[in-house]
Amino acid sequence: MSNAAPVSRRRAIALAGVGVAGVAGVAGGAGALIQGAADHASANPGAAAGAVPFHGAHQAGITTPAQDRLHFVAFDVITKDRARLVAMLQEWTAAAARMTAGHDAGVFGAVGGVPEAPPDDTGEALGLPPSQLTLTVGFGPTLFRDAQGRDRFGIADRRPPALADLPHFAGDALRPELSGGDICVQACANDPQVAVHAIRNLARIGMGVVSVRWSQLGFGRTSSTSREQATPRNLFGFKDGTANLKAEDADLLRDQLWAQPGDGPDWMTGGSYLVTRKIRMQIETWDRSSLAEQEQIVGRAKGSGAPLGRRQEFDEPDFAAPDADGQPVIPETAHVRLAHPSRNNGAHLLRRGYNFVDGSDGLGRLDAGLFFIAYQRDPRRQFVPIQTQLSRHDAMNEYLRHVSSALFACPPGVRDAGDHWGRALFG
Amino acid sequence: MRTTRSVLLAAAGVLAVAGVTACGADGDKDAAAGAVTVKATDTTCEVGTTELAAGQITFSVRNSGSKVNEFYVYAAGDRVMGEVENIAPGLTRELRVELPAGAYETACKPGMSGRGIRGALKVTGESAPKAVDATLAEATAGYQRYVTSQTAELLTRTGEFVTAVKAGDVARAKALYPVTRTYWERIEPVAESFGDLDPKIDGREEVVEEGMEFTGFHRIEKDLWTTGDISKDGPIADQLLTDVKAIVAKANAEKLTPLQLANGAKALLDEVASGKITGEEERYSHTDLWDFNANLEGSKAAIAALRPALEQRAPELVTQLDAEFANVEQVLGRHRAGDGWKLHTALSTAELKELSDSVNALAEPVSRVAAAVAR
Repeated sequence: MSNAAPVSRRRAIALAGVGVAGVAGVAGGAGALIQGAADHASANPGAAAGAVPFHGAHQAGITTPAQDRLHFVAFDVITKDRARLVAMLQEWTAAAARMTAGHDAGVFGAVGGVPEAPPDDTGEALGLPPSQLTLTVGFGPTLFRDAQGRDRFGIADRRPPALADLPHFAGDALRPELSGGDICVQACANDPQVAVHAIRNLARIGMGVVSVRWSQLGFGRTSSTSREQATPRNLFGFKDGTANLKAEDADLLRDQLWAQPGDGPDWMTGGSYLVTRKIRMQIETWDRSSLAEQEQIVGRAKGSGAPLGRRQEFDEPDFAAPDADGQPVIPETAHVRLAHPSRNNGAHLLRRGYNFVDGSDGLGRLDAGLFFIAYQRDPRRQFVPIQTQLSRHDAMNEYLRHVSSALFACPPGVRDAGDHWGRALFG
Repeated sequence: MRTTRSVLLAAAGVLAVAGVTACGADGDKDAAAGAVTVKATDTTCEVGTTELAAGQITFSVRNSGSKVNEFYVYAAGDRVMGEVENIAPGLTRELRVELPAGAYETACKPGMSGRGIRGALKVTGESAPKAVDATLAEATAGYQRYVTSQTAELLTRTGEFVTAVKAGDVARAKALYPVTRTYWERIEPVAESFGDLDPKIDGREEVVEEGMEFTGFHRIEKDLWTTGDISKDGPIADQLLTDVKAIVAKANAEKLTPLQLANGAKALLDEVASGKITGEEERYSHTDLWDFNANLEGSKAAIAALRPALEQRAPELVTQLDAEFANVEQVLGRHRAGDGWKLHTALSTAELKELSDSVNALAEPVSRVAAAVAR
């Protein structure tokens, strides 16, 4: 793509009225295809509407300050043809580079092609800015070997040891059709239409090669991944992600987030492992529990977010402090205690989950909760021990139900226009 | 069953464009005067300009990489306008191609595989004059013969079905029903272009408007499979035969364009995706897979008629179409039952999803056929 200056969505709109009817037959809308005039006016990374660079050492969408909206999708690979899969990943990468820059998915775009052909972009993002769209890809355990143990694409020996199937956790109520997947794409953006547009176009490009297994929309971030961001609230009404790994924690990111040389196969060095859990919240019963009970369950004050017994949100929790009765101020079963690195061999997670509401269930209850997303260097040392603790002891479990679970290896970033998703894995 | 009449595009004319390749003597030779330079490596493809005037254009492609390379110019739908293959490392080769005004893509293919490294190319100015393409004329003539053969059989079978209904022979009418509909479903987009007759023959109960009677195949289907009482269906059966006769006469007289063939092939797959996989079409008889197969056969027949033209204009698309047609046939083939097909209700959700995936995989390349034959 080094020579391509794809039509920007904004340009296409601006030019749509210019009129190209005089160009007989051959290319009705070709006048809208402007070369060398890419619109970077909105490419201010600080602005909510701007573009996040697609190329780099790590994939965007991990330490990128968490955007407000999510469309996450897990695909099954339905072809047996390795070359087709690799060609699709190449095509996806080119489309992802264009869309994250605020351009149409294809070179011709939503309105720049010939009238007889279906447009190579679906068009619903025309006129919208990049909105900090990031597209992050990951590869699931079943891409390497299927349920029968077959080496599907000749890459079974490249499966990282850290991509070990998650164990069953106490209380798991997983629905197989909402869990797992061979490939995932996480689309985050500050405009929901931009995120949905990206996933829709990738799914379309992938037809015949991949099939959507499940997908999830998220409407509000529940974590901060940067100290610049205020801590948001989850649907329990509590600040979530106060103690999250953040982009500024360089040493911790190296130790806890990015796969390092020697950790596993070289193709994952600089990558990260992703665990997703769709966690349904029992909203109605939570809402009629007392404020005191809610705060005891979480271990933080609902208003300030401060650990119980402390004053400020970012104060370190004091797990030893007793209350007037000599009991710990932060109960043994409090979420903040069980999830804390000090209780998990120093293990951290970079969380960037989203609230979801999938309408209501048949009983009139809100079908809502948290779509948990966590990145880490090695789930065997991070997510698995933490979730084992939580699933056994967390007082919050009474109000939670884990209905979906997935694990993916997210490779390092796409270096340049000649690189593509999966290149090192399939190379 | 279709809801809107297809928009028929007027431009049926065709441009004959020949891509000619020429080989530079060696890597040291200067690029031809006025040529567009292309610097190809294993990871990049730098085309000297992304905007050109229409006419004869020469690309001078230098391979500085370590892999054997190729260079393509594509029009929409991956139609090959010109290509130069087998550019060894260090070599420069030329591609001469006639490009009318329009939007194109360039591609280097290091290692000669995959989609290659793509870039946009805009060609401005006057279009070259249109020429008639004999292969496309043959395509429409060939498909017309197919339509005639199917309508003849549709007429015969409808007559037998109507006779069985009027004789009150429920078992025979049920057996004839999916077979008769096969000949309708194969050429459905042609028949459906006659908007007034289509709902009378093939309308489902929910599309019947106020003041209009629910008639045709699906009315008799409902009676056959719900109450089994067809004693009052004689007039409906007679009207069905009258309407089928009328539509057959119209279909046989219709002069089709290559674009209509291409759009019809796509429309048939849309029928499968929206009506048959969901089980909406044959909600009483559940014989949707019969229709599915007939739609697929009809789509394939239209594409087959266009094949010689497509082989010239979009050879990679032909390869893809062949593979995807074969795939759908294989997946659907698992649901054969005797001489016919399993009922829709006998398939699991997973089996229906697999069918849906295979139809989507086929419909994407089929949707690109129109652009390839339109010029």
